[in-house]
Parts: sequence; structure tokens; C-alpha cells
Amino acid sequence: MRILVVEDDREAAAYLTRGLKESGHIVDHAPDGQDGLHLAIGGSYDVAIVDRMMPRMDGLTMVRRMREEGNKTPVLFLSALGEVDDRVKGLRAGGDDYLAKPYAFAELLARVDALARRQGSEAVVTRLSVGDLELDLLSRTATRAGQKIDLQPREFLLLEYLMRHAGQVVTRTMLLENVWEYHFDPQTNVIDVHISRLRSKIDKGYVEPLLHTVRGAGYSLRAAS
Amino acid sequence: MWSLSCTRCGALDIRSVRLLDVFRTATFRLAFAYLLLFGVSVLLLLGFIYWRTTGFMATQADETISAEVQGLGEEYKRRGLLGLRNVIIERLSRPGQRSLYLLTIGDNALAGNLPGWPADAVETAPSWINFTYERGTDADKETRPARAMYFSMRGGFRLLVGRDVGELNAIEGAIRSTLLTALSITALFGIAGGVLISRNVLRRLEAINRTSQDIMSGNLSRRIPVQGSGDELDDLAHNLNRMLEQIERLMTGMREVADNIAHDLRTPLNRLRNKLEGAMIGNPPREETITALESAIAEADGLISTFNSLLLIAEAETGAHRDTLEPVDLSEVIHDIADLYEPAAEDRGIALKFVAKTKVMVRGNRSLLARAAANLVENALKYTPQNGAVTVSAWIDPRGHRPKFSVRDTGPGIPEDDRERVLDRFVRLERSRNTPGSGLGLSLVSAVARMHDATISLEDAKPGLLATLTFPEIAEQDNGHETIVAQVRRALPGPKKARSGRQPEKQG
Repeated sequence: MRILVVEDDREAAAYLTRGLKESGHIVDHAPDGQDGLHLAIGGSYDVAIVDRMMPRMDGLTMVRRMREEGNKTPVLFLSALGEVDDRVKGLRAGGDDYLAKPYAFAELLARVDALARRQGSEAVVTRLSVGDLELDLLSRTATRAGQKIDLQPREFLLLEYLMRHAGQVVTRTMLLENVWEYHFDPQTNVIDVHISRLRSKIDKGYVEPLLHTVRGAGYSLRAAS
Repeated sequence: MWSLSCTRCGALDIRSVRLLDVFRTATFRLAFAYLLLFGVSVLLLLGFIYWRTTGFMATQADETISAEVQGLGEEYKRRGLLGLRNVIIERLSRPGQRSLYLLTIGDNALAGNLPGWPADAVETAPSWINFTYERGTDADKETRPARAMYFSMRGGFRLLVGRDVGELNAIEGAIRSTLLTALSITALFGIAGGVLISRNVLRRLEAINRTSQDIMSGNLSRRIPVQGSGDELDDLAHNLNRMLEQIERLMTGMREVADNIAHDLRTPLNRLRNKLEGAMIGNPPREETITALESAIAEADGLISTFNSLLLIAEAETGAHRDTLEPVDLSEVIHDIADLYEPAAEDRGIALKFVAKTKVMVRGNRSLLARAAANLVENALKYTPQNGAVTVSAWIDPRGHRPKFSVRDTGPGIPEDDRERVLDRFVRLERSRNTPGSGLGLSLVSAVARMHDATISLEDAKPGLLATLTFPEIAEQDNGHETIVAQVRRALPGPKKARSGRQPEKQG
């Protein structure tokens, strides 16, 4: 994946670049919004990671200008201003996701992954399937190997999100943000409990588990092959 | 019908409260006091003038009568009864004379211009009477008031000397009505003057008041307007402004320090965390190294989350989010939170119940309200023993129409003396030192409450703790009249926006 990193803090940028490269991505770096804008419009990136507070041109302005130019590269905002309003401002300016500093690198990687893949699948989907697990979004039913699975409404949403991101790592915060629409980190392991309930419904009694725990990051729903 | 009449009485209540408020204002009281003082002094002054003028005129009339009586008495002494009669006749024939005379024996008039002894005579003082008589020709008669002095002589003769007091009375009446008019005009001026003066003064006080309220709600940059007249109120405004500047400077300084600390500490923490994480990614490390690194990352995360909470509390306390408040349904928020924590509660053998019958609208920040609710629920779950219950409810108080939500647990509760204290930052009660947590949970709840102008109360639920947030009443409360769209959404959890279809549990 080609990733653009726009970040003025040299150390943070170096860390990001190194981490992303180690994960197998091609990374370009711009130290401020103006350079970032040039690079973003000139090159074709799968994702842009943009810091909010930068000299010369801040992140919000940069992304607004990008969108005005018709550039649709998915943008992940990074900011030390982590709170609710800042998130809303970032998304309004044309950002696609928002991550508050400090963040876990695994979290960043999972979000970048989700953003890059989202771009391809704009078509309306009515059925999702992973291995022998199938989800019918119209009749709102789930089956595994033809066997109907009884799901609570929230479990259905949770499974739907996991299936839409099949094969990717999905973090706990991503689940909380997208399934419950809340942005905070609960002190207790609430998400884990929801996942373990879901796991007992879709994986229990089957030889091949589909819902995997990714150490230090989150969860991933994927078939073995 | 019931609800209709109730709405009406509600409206009436509000109106009477507003009227009472007017009476309670300092403007009204000052104006009233001013009017009272002004009115009473004018009343006294005019009363005195009236009393002196009419008194003087009455005395003059009486003195004229007395003088005449004295003259007639001397005539009687000198010339006897016949002489007296002649004098009376002679005086009556004088042109332009205005006196009334009557000399009688028994019921017979011997001389005078009155037909007979007045029937309606009222004695006001010894030998003094007030009466009425008829004046003019038969065609044009009028009854006139009169005042007279009389005395009796030897042989049953009686003499009456008086004057017509109709004009005097008319003048008195004219003076009285003039004075009354003057008094009403004075009262009018008094009211206007009182209102004007007090309003002028109080408008400036009101400006000070409004500014202080604005400042208390987080807008520290506001200043009290100074008129430039250099009077005491200007001095007050000036001094208050200087005080505010000082406070703002201190606050900004403090906030900067706090922000800097948080920022400066967060950055190295972040780097520390990143490096630990980086160390885990590289060459395959030993299992123990991973465990050590993981626990180090967890510690860093704990510190970061404490800093985040502190920053969030500071943000909520400065009222930074106030302008982004929007209508939020508390029922929905606590339903979501209950839904989120329900499996975790079940794992611990605690029943998490959700009770809300209608929408409970408040003006707020959905995310912060949810976080406050989550903190309360987490707190409740932490202290509730197995087989206990945690109940979250939202409702509109039938008295006062204030929206509320509460979290009740069956844990050990908080001793009464500590309840105030636990809302402060970093306060953790001794017995809970062993459970995880930063001690910021409840103070975040209390900061969020303050930001929403809500009050938080902690009570003994016997057993357990009952934490209640009471919000200010808002106008646009649409109870239970859900739109069809909302009902469908509730029933069918669609992707993303849809809420869970779990129906609220019936209370009781």
C-alpha cells in the first residue's frame, strides 16, 4: 500500500514511517500541510495519515483543500487534541477517521487497513460470507454451514462489522466506535465479553474457528485458507 | 382532558411565578419605597396647605359673624328690643349686604331675612349652628348652606346672625379637588421617577449580574461594562473587572501549566509506549520478554488514560463544550450503555437492568453523557457483589419536569461523610484501594454534570449506592410520541445507525 504521512514532529514521523515500512507499506513523508497537499494531489496514495497541528498549513485546511481539488484519498487524522469536538471537526473537514495521540501502533495499522480497503467496496452488499459463515443483510439472518445462528440485534451488528472487515485486524476501539458509536476506552473488558459471546455462537461446535484474537491489537474474522 | 387542564394550570403557575418575580425585584421595591416616601411627603404638605387655607377662611367668616353679633348686642343694650329690630331692618335694606338675620319670639319672626328658625340646625359649638335655607324668588329657588351664631334674650326672644357659606364650601371643594389632582399627578411622577431611577441603577447591577453568570458558565473573557461616569457603580465594575483579569490570568496560567504537563508527559509516554511496541514487533523475542513488554505497555496505557481523563475533566470544567450541546435522548444513551455492559455484568453474576418508559430529552453532549453513564455503571459493577443488581433508569420527574437518570447498585455504598469527597479528583476510599481505577471516574461524572448544569446526588439505596443526575428542564420534551421511523428503527436493527431492538423493561 502507498501511504502518505504528513507530520511535523520529526521523531513521530520517523517512528510512523519505520513502523509502516516494517509492515510492508510504501511510505512518503511531508513535514507540513503545504508539502502534504502537493504530494497528495500529485501522487496516488491509498491512505493519507495527517497530523492536525502543523506549521504553514494545518491538517484541517490541507484536507479541505484536497477535497476541493476532487482528491478522494482516504484520510486518517492524527491529533493530540483527542476530544469529541475535535473528532467532529476533523470528520467534517473531509477526514475519514480520527485517531487521538497517543495511540497504539496496532490501532493505527488496523485503521489504515480498514480505510484503504473501504475505498474499493462502494457497491451495496446484501450478503456477506466468510468461510461457511453467511450473513444475509436483508432478512437479517446468520447461518454457519447451513445452520441458523440466533443473534441479538447488537450481536448481528458486531458480526456484520467483523465480516465487512474480514481478514483485517479490528481493534476494540474500532468496534466501540462503529458498532456502538461511542468514542471512549472503557476501563473494563466490555468488548471482550461481547466478542466471547459472539464467538460461542459462531465458533462453538465447529472444527475451524473463524473469530481470532490478535494479541496486542484486537480481533480478526477470517477463514483458514 | 386531564392532560389539557394540567397544561393550563402549569401555564398559570408560570405566569403567577413571573408576577411574583416582579414584586421580588429590587427595581420594584426601590420604586415602591421611593413612591411611598415621595407620596407621603407631598400628602403632608398639601394636607397642611388645605388645612391652613380652609381654616383661615372659616375663621374669617366666624369673626365677621362675631363682630356683627357684638354690634347688635350693643344696639340692644342701648335701645332695647325695638332698637335691635330697627337696626336689623336698616341693615337688611343696605345694598349688597350678605348677612342673614332673624329675630324671633317663640315661632314668630319679628324681623330678618329668614322665614323662620331653621329646622335642620346642627349645633357645632355652643351657640353656633350650621343649617340650610332657601334663597331667591319662587321661580328660581336654591337651597344654600349657612352658618350662624344665635343667642337668647329675656322674654323668649332669640336672635340669629349668620352668613351664607355656599361660596366658602365651593372654594374649599375646589381647593380639595385641586390638591387631590396634584396628589395623583405627584403619585404618577413618583412612580415614573421611581421606576426610572431604580431601573437606571439596577440595569447596571443587572449587567454586572449577567456578566458574572456568563463568566461562571465558562466564558472567562467577558468584562463588566463601565459607563465612564466615575460613580460608585463604575468603581465597582472597574474593580470587578480588574479582579476578573487577575483570575483569568491565573486560570490561563494554570491551564497552560496543566496542558503543558499533560502534553509534555503524554509525548514521552507515547514514545515509551511506541518503543515498547516496536521492541515486540522486531525479531522473535522470548515469551518472558513479551510478557514484560506487554505489562509495561499496559502501565503506559494506564498513565495515558489517566492523563486523558484529567484533560477531559479540565475541558468539561472550563465549559469548552457548551456551545456544542444538542438535544439528546437520555433513555437512548443509558440503553446503549446498559446494552454495552450487560454481558460483562452477566459474567460477574450481576443483573444489569434498564428502566426507561419514555424519551427523556436533555440538551447535552451525547458522547460525554454516555461516558458519564459508563463511568457510573463501571463503578457500580466494580463494587456490586455476585448475585447483586445494577439498575440504570432515565425518567422525567413528574414534579418540576426535570429530566433525570440514575444508577443504583446493591454494593456496600458510600458512607455519608465521604459522599462529597468522592466527587473530587483522585479520591479513592481506603477500602477500594485494591480495585483497579484511577479515582477519576466519579469526578469526571461530576464535571460532565456541571457542564450540563445538572446536579449529582449520591444516596444510600439501602443497600448500595444510588447516583442520580438531575438536569435542567427543557421545553422540547416529546413524551413517548415516537415517530414511525424511530419505532421501525428500534424494531429492526439496520446497519450502523440502528439502535438495538431490546425493549425497555417495565418498571415495578
